[in-house]
Amino acid sequence: MDVNNPRAATVDLPTPSVGPPADTGHVGALSKLAPEPARYVLNWGRRYSLWVFNFGLACCAIEFIATSMARHDFIRLGVIPFAPGPRQADLMVVSGTVTDKMAPAVRRLYEQMPDPKYVISFGSCSNSGGPYWDSYCVTKGVDQIIPVDVYVPGCPPRPEALLQGILKVQDKIAAESLGDRYPGSPPEREPLRKRLSAKALLRPLIGPKDHDDVA
Amino acid sequence: MAEERVVGVGAGAAGFGGYDRGGGEPGGLATQDMVLNIGPQHPATHGVLRLRITLDGERIVGCEPIVGYMHRGVEKLFEVRDYRQIIVLANRHDWLSAFSSELGVVMAVERMLGMEVPERAVWARTLLAEMNRALNHLMFLGSYPIELGAITPIFYAFRERETLQQVMEEISGGRMHYMFNRVGGLKEDLPAGWLDRASAAVAAVRRRVPQIEDLIFGNEIFLARTRGVGTISPELISAYGVSGPIARASGVDFDLRRDEPYLAYPELAEEGVLRVTTGEDGDCHSRFGMLLEQVSVSLDLADACIARLRSLPQGPINQRLPKILKAPEGATYCWTENPLGINGYYLVSRGEKTPWRLKLRSASFNNIAVLPEVLRGCVVADMIAILGSMFFVVGDIDK
Repeated sequence: MDVNNPRAATVDLPTPSVGPPADTGHVGALSKLAPEPARYVLNWGRRYSLWVFNFGLACCAIEFIATSMARHDFIRLGVIPFAPGPRQADLMVVSGTVTDKMAPAVRRLYEQMPDPKYVISFGSCSNSGGPYWDSYCVTKGVDQIIPVDVYVPGCPPRPEALLQGILKVQDKIAAESLGDRYPGSPPEREPLRKRLSAKALLRPLIGPKDHDDVA
Repeated sequence: MAEERVVGVGAGAAGFGGYDRGGGEPGGLATQDMVLNIGPQHPATHGVLRLRITLDGERIVGCEPIVGYMHRGVEKLFEVRDYRQIIVLANRHDWLSAFSSELGVVMAVERMLGMEVPERAVWARTLLAEMNRALNHLMFLGSYPIELGAITPIFYAFRERETLQQVMEEISGGRMHYMFNRVGGLKEDLPAGWLDRASAAVAAVRRRVPQIEDLIFGNEIFLARTRGVGTISPELISAYGVSGPIARASGVDFDLRRDEPYLAYPELAEEGVLRVTTGEDGDCHSRFGMLLEQVSVSLDLADACIARLRSLPQGPINQRLPKILKAPEGATYCWTENPLGINGYYLVSRGEKTPWRLKLRSASFNNIAVLPEVLRGCVVADMIAILGSMFFVVGDIDK
């Protein structure tokens, strides 16, 4: 919807809001059921196959590209920058200034990513507004609209800093249990301590509700 | 979109005659216009430019660039930063030409103060500005082929960028945002032995840049995608205030380095090192070629500056500034030839330590304004080729 069009009644981008993730009970069922060694293997597989969606917004995007090039080469860490869009990505790198006009789109694309998903906030602007901390139109930190896993400081951060941030995300993935990260909807949370039924494994990874925001 | 539209894109739309590609001839099978949004987050826009394109079949009949997704309000922020702090914001609006952008601010303030800049600083500034220009153009020399489907050149381009960035980083501490200009000169003197390393980097880049040209410039697919596509006439260039390599590719012979000389450019022009290259065709191919030529001119200029800096006697590289720097009351307009075109600052001071108003005229904003004229009548696939060849930085459009 064109926001410049006076005839348009509503803007179709959702208003950004921070809150607990929506019902994601279908993620992490295997992780909940699996014994510790199996979970280790699963996490090991996930941490070294991070398809990344570069949300390139400003200067930091150039450093992101520099990191993906031959000298720094984050593909050797298992970060794959060829995700055609958010729907195929595991990791989103928000690199650059998030403005209030752009914020709904950031939120929208984040919601399009399938669970489990991780976010790196790359650079001062997306961490806190950076040099635009007192601007009237800059969002003071992308964590106001989406949850962030790792913050990389710098303006722009050096490529080495992004590599370090990626390692931090990988450490986080290695140490976590998906069942804890996605505890499901609140009513489901209580009986979690009981053993889940093996039927949980047969549920499709992507439910029909993930499709209704196709635009 | 509230109402449903019958659209004419896809297999059924082509081959109605009239147009060689795409459909929608009047009198044929009726098609209705479709509005297609490109962006704001789209790989081809390398940034967050949004285009609202009206399509008739595969033909573009209208295009409206919707800007503002990267609007950070710097002009307002300039008014609450003092003249030292402004440089921080000035080198961030066009993040690929940071040095040239900060240069405009300090030159405006120096002009207001009537300040003389030491000769060494003038030559060092010219050197760094030209290395920055090469860095900027190398980015586009790499990213443009990617948009046309050729991935390899960007690896070559980034190798050259890293080579140049290394010496820029050694001197200033920053890989992109140098913050090396100060009112009255540069932050610090050049480190010992730096000129040798800079000279070696320039030589290495000069030796390897032809590889990019060999890879892509004469490629048959590249020619088919770019030659005769997106032609901009000199009249259109003047009407929209397009500047920089895009304007020169259309044969508009205008370069502020020569036509309103600043820094050490008058002398370099006299020696014949500064060559202003112009194209003829004004199409995507000629715009890409312009960048290649400008890189080699920039490297020549850098070499001339290095040679001059070697021969200059030791001396100060900046001016001693008062604790509180205030520009006298008045106004000035300082424009420079940034890598992407004319970058101007209109500085109005009321004698305070912050500017009363600092208007920013950025190159990309005007360069992008011409898009609707260029895109009209093109097919969607050409849109990617044209958009990429406009060499814009979104922060420079939205400020």
